[in-house]
Amino acid sequence: MPVIQTEELTKRFPATTALDRLSIEVEPGVVGLVGANGAGKSTLIKILLGLSPATSGRASVFGLDVTKEGPRIRERVGYMPEHDCLPADVSATEFVVHMARMSGLPANAARERTADTLRHVGLYEERYRPIGGYSTGMKQRVKLAQALVHDPEIVMLDEPTNGLDPVGRDEMLLLIRRIWAEFGITVLVTSHLLGELERISDHVVVIDAGTLLRSSSTSEFTRTSQFLVVEVSAEADAVAATLTSAGLTVKRDGAQLVLSLDDDEIYDAVRDAVAAHGVGLIRLEQRRHHIAEIFGEDQAGAAR
Amino acid sequence: MTDSPTGVIHDIGYRKYDGPRLGRGQVARALYAHSLRGAYGLGRSARAKVLPMLLLGVMCIPAFVIAVIANVASGVTTELVLPYSRYAVVTQGILTIFVAAQAPASLSRDLRFKTVPLYFSRPLERSDYVLAKYAGLATALFLLLTAPLLIMYVGALLAELPAGRETGDLLLALVGAVVFAVVFAGIALVVASLTARRGLGVAAIITIFALSFPAVSVMQGVIRYEVENPDLAGYLGLLSPISLVDGFQTWVLDASSSAVAQPPGATGGVVFVLVTFAVIGACWALLNLRYRKASVS
Repeated sequence: MPVIQTEELTKRFPATTALDRLSIEVEPGVVGLVGANGAGKSTLIKILLGLSPATSGRASVFGLDVTKEGPRIRERVGYMPEHDCLPADVSATEFVVHMARMSGLPANAARERTADTLRHVGLYEERYRPIGGYSTGMKQRVKLAQALVHDPEIVMLDEPTNGLDPVGRDEMLLLIRRIWAEFGITVLVTSHLLGELERISDHVVVIDAGTLLRSSSTSEFTRTSQFLVVEVSAEADAVAATLTSAGLTVKRDGAQLVLSLDDDEIYDAVRDAVAAHGVGLIRLEQRRHHIAEIFGEDQAGAAR
Repeated sequence: MTDSPTGVIHDIGYRKYDGPRLGRGQVARALYAHSLRGAYGLGRSARAKVLPMLLLGVMCIPAFVIAVIANVASGVTTELVLPYSRYAVVTQGILTIFVAAQAPASLSRDLRFKTVPLYFSRPLERSDYVLAKYAGLATALFLLLTAPLLIMYVGALLAELPAGRETGDLLLALVGAVVFAVVFAGIALVVASLTARRGLGVAAIITIFALSFPAVSVMQGVIRYEVENPDLAGYLGLLSPISLVDGFQTWVLDASSSAVAQPPGATGGVVFVLVTFAVIGACWALLNLRYRKASVS
C-alpha cells in the first residue's frame, strides 16, 4: 500500500495556484520531491501534515485522510522544515528532549532517544552547547534529529541540504539514505536540485508550478539521463575516435567528451582508451542534471 | 557484524522505539509543566533564573515585614497591617515586571526562532498549545502571589490573631489571586503573541500595566473629588486591569479595595464581574485566533 497518496490535490492562494490537480503515490523508500522554488513542494508537505487545508482533492498518509485524521498522522510523522526553527539559547540535547516530549514520549524515553538520535545524526560533545553557536551543518543535523527522535514511520524533510557546502551536502545525503536503509523509515525529501536527489532516492517525483511533471523510479530515471564526462590532458580527438570505434556514442562539449552512461563497462572502455593513447585523465564524472533539462525534455510528454 | 578492533566504540545501530506514546492530553500537560518551570527559569540558563527568583524574593520581603510587625506589635493590634486581598495591588509593580519578562519569554521566543511549526507538526492541537502556555504563566503568577500571602498567614497565626478570620480572609485573597493571575497572564500573552521581538513585548506589557493604573487612579481622583461624580469615577476602574480585578474582588469577595474609587453599588459590581470574565474570554479567543493564523512555514 502506498504511504502517501494524493488525488487531484489542488491548493489555491489568493494570488497563485500552488498545487494544481496533483496526483501522486509514494511507496516506502526514499522519495525525492524535486521542483524549482515555488513549485509547491512545501505546500504539499504542509497539506500532508494536516497543517494547511487543500482547496480541493484528496490526500492520505498511511491511508488516513489528512483533513480528518491530522493528529493521528502527525503522531507517526517527523517533519524537518526548510527554515531555521531552532532556539539559539538552549543546547541541542535540551531542545531535542523537549521536542521528543512534545511528540508524546515519556520523560525517560525522551532522554534516551535524544542521546541515540543525536549520535546517529553525528552530533557528539557539541550537543551540550547552546545551538546559537552551531554551524549551519550542525543546525541541520539538530533539525533532522528533532524529526527522527520519536521514531516516526515517515519523515518529511524540506530542503535539508539548503545552505550546506558541498561536503556538508554529501554527508547530509548519506545520512538521509541511511534513514531508510538502516533505520527503515520512509523519507520524503525535497530539493530544487535533481542531481543530488537522484543519487539517494528510490523514486523521484518532479513537480513544476504545482503540476506533476514526472514520477518514476530512479533506475528508469537515470537510464535516460545519466552521462559520463571525460576530460583528457591531450589528444581528445584521438581518444574520442578510439571510444567511438569501441562502439560508444561520444559527444564533444568543448574540451570534454560526453558519453551516455549505459552500464559500468564504459569506465573500462575509457580507461583502456586513455591508457592506449598515454594521455592524462583530468576529469571522469557523472554529469548532474539541471532541473531545466528534465523540464525541457518532459514538457512535451507532460501533456498526456 | 564485522570484528572491531578493541578500544573502538561499538555502534549499536538504530534502535526502534516501541515504548508508550502519550496522547494529546499528556503532551499538553508536559508543555504546561515546561512553561511553568520556564517562567521561573528552571530548565533554562542560569541567567534566565536571576530575574524571576529575584522578583520572588522581593515579593516576599514586604510580607515578611508584615508578619514580623504582627508578632512584635501583637499587643497593640489585632489585625495585619495590610489585608491579604490588597497585597496584589500594592505589589503590582513586581507582578508587572514578572509578567512582562516571562510572557514574551514564553511566546515571543517560539515566534522569533520559528519553533511554532515544530509544535504544530506534532499531535498537539493549536488550542492545546495556547492552553498550556496560558495556564503555565497564570500558575506561575499565582504562585508568585501565593508565597507572600502564606508568609503573612503564618505570621498572623504565630501572632495568635483569630485563626478562623485569618483563614477565611486568606482563602478569599487566594481566589482573588487566581483572578489576578489569569487576567494578567491573558493580557500579557496576547501582547507577547503579537511580536517576535522580546524587547518590544516587554516594553508594551509594562506600558499597559504600569501606565494604566496610575492614569486611571488620577482620573478617578479628579472625577470623584473635584467633579464629585463617584459613580463615573468607579466605572473608570474598568480601564485598568489592576483596578478592574480590584473592583472584582471588592464586590465579589468583599475584599478591601486599594483603588481610589470602587464599583458603584450592585450594578457596578455586576459590571465589573462581567467585564473581568469578558477580558479573560477575549484574551483566550484572541490567542487562539492568533495561533490559528500563525504561519506554519
